[in-house]
Amino acid sequence: MSLKKEPDEGITFDTFMEGVWRQNPVFVMVLGMCPTLAVTVSAVNAVSMGVATLFVLVSSCLLVSLIRNLVPKEVRIATYIVIIATFVTLVDYIIQAVSLSLYEALGAFIQLIVVNCIILGRAEAHASKNPPLKAVVNALGMGIGFTIGLLALGATREILGAGKLFGFSLFGEHFQPWVVMVLPPGGFFVLGGWLLLFSFMRSRSEKGAAHE
Amino acid sequence: MTEPVPVHTTPSNKMIITMGLVASICGVLIVAAYETTQDAIANNKRIMVERAVFKVLPGAAKVSEYVATAGGIQALTGNVPEGGVKFYAAYDSAGALKGIAAEAAGKGYADMVRVLYGYDTKCQCIIGIGVVSMRETPGIGDKIITDKAFLKNFDALDVRVNAEMIALANAVKVVKHGTKQNAWEIDAIAGATVTSKAVGRGINESAQKLMPLLMPHVAELKP
Repeated sequence: MSLKKEPDEGITFDTFMEGVWRQNPVFVMVLGMCPTLAVTVSAVNAVSMGVATLFVLVSSCLLVSLIRNLVPKEVRIATYIVIIATFVTLVDYIIQAVSLSLYEALGAFIQLIVVNCIILGRAEAHASKNPPLKAVVNALGMGIGFTIGLLALGATREILGAGKLFGFSLFGEHFQPWVVMVLPPGGFFVLGGWLLLFSFMRSRSEKGAAHE
Repeated sequence: MTEPVPVHTTPSNKMIITMGLVASICGVLIVAAYETTQDAIANNKRIMVERAVFKVLPGAAKVSEYVATAGGIQALTGNVPEGGVKFYAAYDSAGALKGIAAEAAGKGYADMVRVLYGYDTKCQCIIGIGVVSMRETPGIGDKIITDKAFLKNFDALDVRVNAEMIALANAVKVVKHGTKQNAWEIDAIAGATVTSKAVGRGINESAQKLMPLLMPHVAELKP
């Protein structure tokens, strides 16, 4: 992949879909596992975490891309971290203003978005080399891909572990929840299950391509 | 060996200016966000406290924050002074004192279990508890919110102060499930003893501190 050529390629559908599907942060790159495993005990938590990360990702990629020609390469990482930390602080205040109970449910993981490798990775690998619009579209795709990944885990864990989805009871009074699924081990079980499914699909499509 | 290695350097002042510029932009953004969300956050916190107090003292309509110290009780302004205990006085819509709520914390299975208890000044007993925060095992420790038999302990948990008003007449004690005999004992949940004990210990600790400070001055709480 020649990086120098990239700015000349326009924005394609793949710029957006890269993060949603081909390079999905959760299922393909297996990045950002700390929030993925920790906050996905319910679908609401998962979506909120995904949206918070999406906001930080898009805004910091936009700013990084806007100042990409001004920042000397020696101090670029420091600059990116300051920018990311700023938007995380913003998200922190906004979530507190929206709902304190959500803030408590997400706990320290809001502040930990600062060190989410997806965001620094996007800033370094994409936003710092591409014009603003393209960087934003790509970041949007990544963020949505991450949110989908979290939602897949959160929904599965909530259904199995609490018998609910988005807080609505699914199976009625007599359902005995599978409590282990909302405990930390359940996070690994469910993530393992999803990764298995994705590798299975990938190997099938590769086999299909080989046959043709 | 002696050949100087060609190094591409950016002048230091350029680096400093860039970082300073970025930091200033970020500073402005953060302050702006803080200023705009401050009121909403304060409002949310107040609603959360009120909701928690109303839950443990049914019928309350207004909450004020107080602090009890060795010198008496006064309305809380700013931080809690050393040796002081913060509590909430709840009044009904007619303005009569409905009860008092205070926080208690005890070490549970995973982390501190923090509860808010409602206290009736007439019977000198605890009439309800609500969980403020806990990280106990779902399905086991979190029964302290749902277990009806356990919550029945707090219909009238005796926390009278002794005659000298220096401690509780009877320390709050957590006993094995099914062996509660006295009004100051808490019947533990079978299978969730650690969490039950955390609640009991927390309440005992908090009440031992608060009640002797509060009881001599309780009449001052009339609005």
